[in-house]
Parts: sequence; C-alpha cells; structure tokens
Amino acid sequence: MTGIQPVAEPIILVENLFKNYGAVEALRGVSFAVEEGEVFGLLGPNGAGKTTTIEILEGLRTSDRGTARVCGLDPEKTGERFKELIGAVLQSTSLPAKLRVKEALELFANFYPQRANVDQLLRRFQLEEKSKAFYSELSGGQKQRLALAMALVNDPRVVFLDEPTAGLDPQVRREIYDIIEELKRGKKTVLITTHYIEEAERLCDRVAIVDHGRVIALGTPRELKQKAAGMTRLEIRLARPAVNGTLAHLDGVSDCREFDGAYILHSVRAPQTIVALVKQLEAENNELQSLEMFSPSLEDVFIELTGRRLRE
Amino acid sequence: MGIVSRTWTLTKVRLLLALRNRAFFFFSLIMPMIFLFGAGGFLRHGPRQYIPYVLGAVLTTTVMGSFWGLSVQLVSFREQGILRRFRIAPVGAGPMLASSIISNYFMSIPVVLFEIFVCRLAFHVRDWGNVWAIILLITVGSAAFSALGLIVASVTNTMQETQMINNLIWMGLIFLSGATIPIAIFPQWLQRVALFIPAQYLATGLESATTSMATYYEVFEDFAALVMGLYVAFEISRRLFRWEPEAKAPRSAKLWVLAALVPFLLFGAWENIYGSRLKTVNSHFSRLSLMMPRQSPPAH
Repeated sequence: MTGIQPVAEPIILVENLFKNYGAVEALRGVSFAVEEGEVFGLLGPNGAGKTTTIEILEGLRTSDRGTARVCGLDPEKTGERFKELIGAVLQSTSLPAKLRVKEALELFANFYPQRANVDQLLRRFQLEEKSKAFYSELSGGQKQRLALAMALVNDPRVVFLDEPTAGLDPQVRREIYDIIEELKRGKKTVLITTHYIEEAERLCDRVAIVDHGRVIALGTPRELKQKAAGMTRLEIRLARPAVNGTLAHLDGVSDCREFDGAYILHSVRAPQTIVALVKQLEAENNELQSLEMFSPSLEDVFIELTGRRLRE
Repeated sequence: MGIVSRTWTLTKVRLLLALRNRAFFFFSLIMPMIFLFGAGGFLRHGPRQYIPYVLGAVLTTTVMGSFWGLSVQLVSFREQGILRRFRIAPVGAGPMLASSIISNYFMSIPVVLFEIFVCRLAFHVRDWGNVWAIILLITVGSAAFSALGLIVASVTNTMQETQMINNLIWMGLIFLSGATIPIAIFPQWLQRVALFIPAQYLATGLESATTSMATYYEVFEDFAALVMGLYVAFEISRRLFRWEPEAKAPRSAKLWVLAALVPFLLFGAWENIYGSRLKTVNSHFSRLSLMMPRQSPPAH
C-alpha cells in the first residue's frame, strides 16, 4: 500500500479536442473538466464550437483528435450504457407533429431501465394541462419545457443543454432558468451552452468562454469578472460619428470600440469619463443620443479577450 | 430493455402516428379502392372468375405502396431532426427500421382484408383463393417493399430526391411487374426483363393465389425471392441508416440500391435460363382470356 488515493476522474473530461468540417476548424484544442454536481457553461458567440463540443460529448459527433469522456465512458463508442447515463436537450430537434405530450414522455421513458415518473414530470414542468396536446400545438416555450422533461425521463447523471433558451421570449426564458436552478439544487451535473451572458452568470458554477474553437477563459463567473474589476462599461450613441480616436483618450477610458454605430467605453473612473465626454462632444459640436452604464459582466471579459461582442 | 422491447415500443407509436395521418388513409385505402372499383367496374360484365385476378393486382399495388410511404416518412423525420432525438436515447438503427416495417405490416392487414371483403360483397366473388399463400405473400411482400423504402430513405438526401427516386421505382414496379398490365401481353424480350423486377414475384404470386391457380412450388419460389430481397434490403438500409439531417449519403451509397436487387437478379437469371415462370404466367393468362366474353363478329 502506498497510501496514495486514486484521484477520481471528473464526470466530464475534455482534453485537447479537435474537429474540422472540411476546411473549417470548428474545434482547435478544447479542454475542460466538469465535476459531479456542477453546472458548467460553455459561453461563446455562434460558430464558436460550443455545439460541436457538446454533441461530441453526447456521442452525436466524432472528434478528429483529443479525449472526451463522460462518466468515465467514451461517448464515441456510444453503447447503450452510456446513453442510459445522459439526458440532453438538443439545439435543433423535433418530435412527430401528431404525438401527444404524455405519449412522447412515455415513449422515451420506455427506452430506459431507470425511469422517472411521467406524471410527476408533467407536473414539475407545468405540462399537465397540455398532456393530451399534440406536439404541433405547443408554443415554443412548452416545446422547450417538454424537451427538458424528456431529458430527465431516465433520471440521468449528466444533463446536456444546448442553447436551451435560444429564441424564447424573456418570460419563458426565466421559466427555463427556474427549471435549471432546480436541477442545480438537486446536484445534477449540467453542461449548458449559451450565448446569453445573463444565463451563464445566473446559472453556472463555472464558465468556459469559447471563441473560434478554443477555450479562451475559464473560471467561476466571479473570477472571470474580476478580470474586468473596477471597470464600468459605458455604451453611448452619438448624433454623428466621433472624431477618430478622441473617445479612446477621454479621462479614465482604458478601452474604446465601436459596434453597430454604438461606442463601448471601458472606464476605470466613470464619472470623470462622462464629464470629459460631454466636453468633448461640445467641442466637436456633436450630440449625445443615449448613454448607458453597466457594471462589469462576462460580456466585458469577452470584449477584452477578443475585441468583439458576444452577439455580433 | 432489449431490442425486441424497444422495437415494439416504437412500433406502437408508429401505428398511432399512422392512424392520425390522413394522407395514410388516402394512399393506403382510398387509392387501391379506386383502382379496385375502376377495374372491377370495367370488367363487371365479364365472368366472376376474372375478379380474383383484379384482386391480386390490387393487393399487389397495396403491398408495393409500402416503400413509398416509409421512405417519405423516414426522410421527413430525418429532415425535421426527429431521428436525432431518438439517437441520444438507447435506440439503435435496427429497432427504428424494424418498427417501420412491422407497423407498416400491421397497417396493411386491415386494408388487405377490406379489399378482399369488398371483392366478395361488391363483385360477388365466392372463392377465397389460396388463403395461406395470400397471407404468406402479403406478409413477406409488405416487409420486403418496406425495406426497399428504407433503402431509398437511406440513399437520398432530400425529400425532393426521395420523391424523384420513388417515382422512378414506382413506374418500374407498376408497369413491369404484371400488377397493372399482364406480363403475358408484353413482347417476349420485355417478359424476360420483367423476370428481374422484384414486384413481379409478388404480383405473379398473389395473382396465382387469388385465382387458386398457384402450385405450392410456385408460391415457394415467390416467397423465397421476397424473403431474400427483404433480408438484403434490411441489412443494407441498417448499414446506410443516417440519423442526422446534415449527414449526406455519399454517391457510392446509391450503388447499394443495386445490391438490394441482387437476389432478384439471381432469381431472374435462373428463371430466364432454367425456369418455367413465363410459361406458367402465359398459361394462366390464356385460361383467363378464354373466360372473357368474345365480341360477336360483325354482321354481313
């Protein structure tokens, strides 16, 4: 006996994952690990490689190189045992139009040896009233709630959620957040992809920011935001374009970028920056149309790291 | 949960979905009825013995039609992303494909029975024909043509492509099988070509069975050809099965369709060299022709 305890493998392990689609490099060495009971987010813009990563982990795609393991199993060798351990909400999927809500849950529950109670799931996801409705009759939010319920029919160890709130209105999105928070309280391991800052900040224990097929930052939302600590984001719109470079040299401004006609300034002394801005605009005979102030968010971290906004 | 159990679970849902599909009722029930009443009405002044011959053709088209519905449904499921939802569940391609075939068979049975009863009631046919042969051929024929549909779904990438290939196959099956035009009236060279058409085994078998003219050996040969066709087609479709809408079939995959025809090519070649099928088909047709009322010679 050496006395050394074997280190338990993280429930999700991704090491140096590569994937090409023809000439397009979708993944260029993605690595991260997720511990059991953690809600882990992959945050990044469209085309960053989030869906490719999660679909490799679900066993829907194969990687070109690297390691992907879920519950100690290789998803590429998608045996039944592996599928019994995971649940997933896919980004682009559907069900037959004439399948009723309860029938869909019962159908999928029947595939697994370990099953959640379908009636309880219907209650939990507020689908009781719609249990006899056809899939085609459901709203976007109801379809997504059903997708989440279906992901839990086998009481999985790991739940994959690929953009679970994309395209939903804010009210429905909040409902989905409540459901994911319930999973979090139940210590379910969740891997979620998103391009919504609010989602990642509110739901995730840790976040990997992904861009162009690489993880460019990883940590808790608090740790990541500390990179932008002390900064305030000012988003301003002007009547006419600013004179080249003048905004970047205002008092307190550490960074200035233009996105879609708006200027985003990161300032370490916001009040002084605003005073200087007003003076500068007067001097240029320009007008301020709007000004919004934000405390640091993951969006600022992304801008700082990539020079782009998340939802460009 | 075993493969059998998963297949049965899927089969039940497929049956449910088919029953809720109006297009299914139109193509599976109304269309064959139109054909039956059209042909039956045309021959209503002929002898009753001719109606079983028409029934054989109607049953053949009903069973052959399996391939069309299944290929369209599977491609539609793939395009809509429905299949990929099943992919993350412990459901393999085998249960998914087998459930298509089995549910289609269960849906065919009431239609076939309905057609037989309509023949008895509307056209006063008293003879049931060779019932066991009919059941056997309907069963294996339904499965074989369903499997052909699954291959079409596996080698086509879009619904448009599926419909185009379905049309081409349907033309070949419907006109060269003997289901709508008796093989006996084809020129000799075309009769020989028809021996390679999969549906010919079904059409000939069912016509012989409904008219009680089949020998057990003939039915066995039809049965064997269809079973071999079913096995090869199912295995190919299982191997080529694609869950993902963006996973395109390589061009080489289309060649696999030809592989599915190998059993029929072998049977066709054997028949052309050693068999007596054409002689039998022509003899059956001659017997039926003799039953038809002759037109009176013009008065001088």
